Amino acid sequence: MVRVDGTSNGSLIQVRKLDKRYQRGSEEIHVLQGLNLDVEAGDFVAFMGPSGSGKTTLLNLLGGLDVPSAGTITVAGDEISALSAQKLTAWRARHVGFIFQMYNLIPVLTAFQNVELPLLLTKLSRAERRRHVETVLELVGLADRMQHYPRQLSGGQEQRVAIARAIVADPTFLLADEPTGDLDRRSADEIMELIDRLVNEHNKTVLMVTHDPRAAERAHAVLHLDKGVLIEAA
Amino acid sequence: MKYFALLWANLKRKKIRTTLTIGSFLIALMLFGVLAAVHAAFYQGIEVAGADRLVVINRVSLIQPLPLSYRERLLQLPGVKEVTHASWFGGVYQDERNFFPQFAIETESYRRMFPEFAISDGQWKAFEGDLQGCVVGAATARRYGFKPGDRIPIKGTIFQGMWEFNVRAIYTGTRQGDDETQFWFHKKYLEENGPDFFKGLVGWYTVRVGNPDQAGAVGKAIDARFANSSNETKTEPERAFAAAFVKQMGNIELLLLTIGGVVFFTLLLVTGNTMATSVRERTAELAVLKTVGYSDRFVLGLVLAESLLIALQGGLLGVLAAVGIAPGLSQAMPGMTFYLPTSSLVLGVVLTVLVGLAAGLVPAWSAMRLRVVDALRRV
Ligand SMILES: Nc1ncnc2c1ncn2[C@@H]1O[C@H](COP(=O)(O)OP(=O)(O)OP(=O)(O)O)[C@@H](O)[C@H]1O
Ligand SMILES: [Mg+2]
Repeated sequence: MVRVDGTSNGSLIQVRKLDKRYQRGSEEIHVLQGLNLDVEAGDFVAFMGPSGSGKTTLLNLLGGLDVPSAGTITVAGDEISALSAQKLTAWRARHVGFIFQMYNLIPVLTAFQNVELPLLLTKLSRAERRRHVETVLELVGLADRMQHYPRQLSGGQEQRVAIARAIVADPTFLLADEPTGDLDRRSADEIMELIDRLVNEHNKTVLMVTHDPRAAERAHAVLHLDKGVLIEAA
Repeated sequence: MKYFALLWANLKRKKIRTTLTIGSFLIALMLFGVLAAVHAAFYQGIEVAGADRLVVINRVSLIQPLPLSYRERLLQLPGVKEVTHASWFGGVYQDERNFFPQFAIETESYRRMFPEFAISDGQWKAFEGDLQGCVVGAATARRYGFKPGDRIPIKGTIFQGMWEFNVRAIYTGTRQGDDETQFWFHKKYLEENGPDFFKGLVGWYTVRVGNPDQAGAVGKAIDARFANSSNETKTEPERAFAAAFVKQMGNIELLLLTIGGVVFFTLLLVTGNTMATSVRERTAELAVLKTVGYSDRFVLGLVLAESLLIALQGGLLGVLAAVGIAPGLSQAMPGMTFYLPTSSLVLGVVLTVLVGLAAGLVPAWSAMRLRVVDALRRV
């Protein structure tokens, strides 16, 4: 169950009184204002909200890419808001898979090499890495495109490579920031289909930002970011 | 090593730019190598000079002779183990441009004094047995095709007339940089057939001391021994003597250092700019690496390694090119031996590494400091 009232106990992701302020010149922007959130393993949450409401900010905080101004984020018992930058990097490698709107693949690496990147940080042998990469590329339906470079792939295919990269190290949860934002309707549907399967067949936990109601429909819960806090969709 | 694919792929990103930067290193290191070879050619005499040998010349100047009688007196001084002498002949073989130094030597002791010049016993015996015989350095012999048994006419300039010599021996240097261009013949031959003005005189003496640490003291003793005589002496270590000789040609070292300094500074700017551009262009990619879990230090190392790899590829090729060019220089400028001393090879590679690292430092630092959220927001 996804909750936003801060009363749940023992959920996978637990956010309490999260505050994020940005200083822009003399002006202070109070983006997140005491936000609470609980997400359990296997949940699929969609965040919606107008541009500038702080959706990306929230994902960055949840993924340990940025640090809160106040409040706590606890994932599987680790309070990540208390970790040093160095520890946070290691934590990200183990627990988070990122999917971006612009795919963000490395253009000079093949699909295979892009997906292998997170595994290079593990102790896996070359053969084991190969097996993992082939498995996930198969899962996203790109087994025959492994040696292709990003520019030789369509946008939808690039995003599938990016998803393969996000799941290859089997992270605790996935963060997706407008994963279909740059795709046409058909490719977008395919990507959502894939994310659906990751949740329902492979038990992944997914937190996704989207502007697309069709994409949000597939989530177990849709939360609106409004004035710095989350509200459950009616 | 598993990260090598990533490193290598980055170099191939902008092939032309990478190639040009590698090319800059190639040219710079090649130039460095050639300069080092030129330096070595001028200074080889100094570098290989024996530490236990002193050169005794006339205090007035190098071209003023010393009496032959000094030999016995030198030998009597404490600390002196051996004495030999030589005289500049200054002859011309066929044409003014065919320069190689000719010395009239004291046959008995000369070979023992300069063991770095290897001569077979048989050839040396043949030389000793022929008053008109001569010994030719391997480089000069190669250049004019001299073989043992050849008869060589040399036109005297100081000692007028046509002189004829029989090639009896060829010597080779045993160390890199040994001068293989000299031509030796018997002082006795000059004494018997030369003009009266040089009878009983020699150009300079070379003295071997028993203990190299006492070379300075022995040198002072020699000069003191002949002080207030009609031929006062100036004694210097062979090394200093060779250095003074080179100084007459101007300050080559300063010139080479200046050129080398400018080249490396330019190289640093060029490479630094390349790396800075390369890092700026892929801010987002570096941010993705960090997102995925690569540490700041890894990203620092990655950029430094790229810079280093570019530098090393170009640098090693450049040094190799210089090694290949050196013999060509020797051919173009006969009379000098160009080669790249091992120490210069090592220095070239060290400089390459230093420039590579220095050029990558600032871009690598900014890549390390890059914050993921800022970088991803910018794209
Ligand atoms: N580093 C920063 N410095 C200053 N202000 C920032 C910074 N990052 C974000 N902001 C501001 O915080 C607010 C929330 O930004 P955020 O990117 O989280 O919005 P968003 O909901 O993801 O918007 P969009 O739907 O357009 O992606 C915006 O007003 C933005 O300008
Ligand atoms: Mg956003």
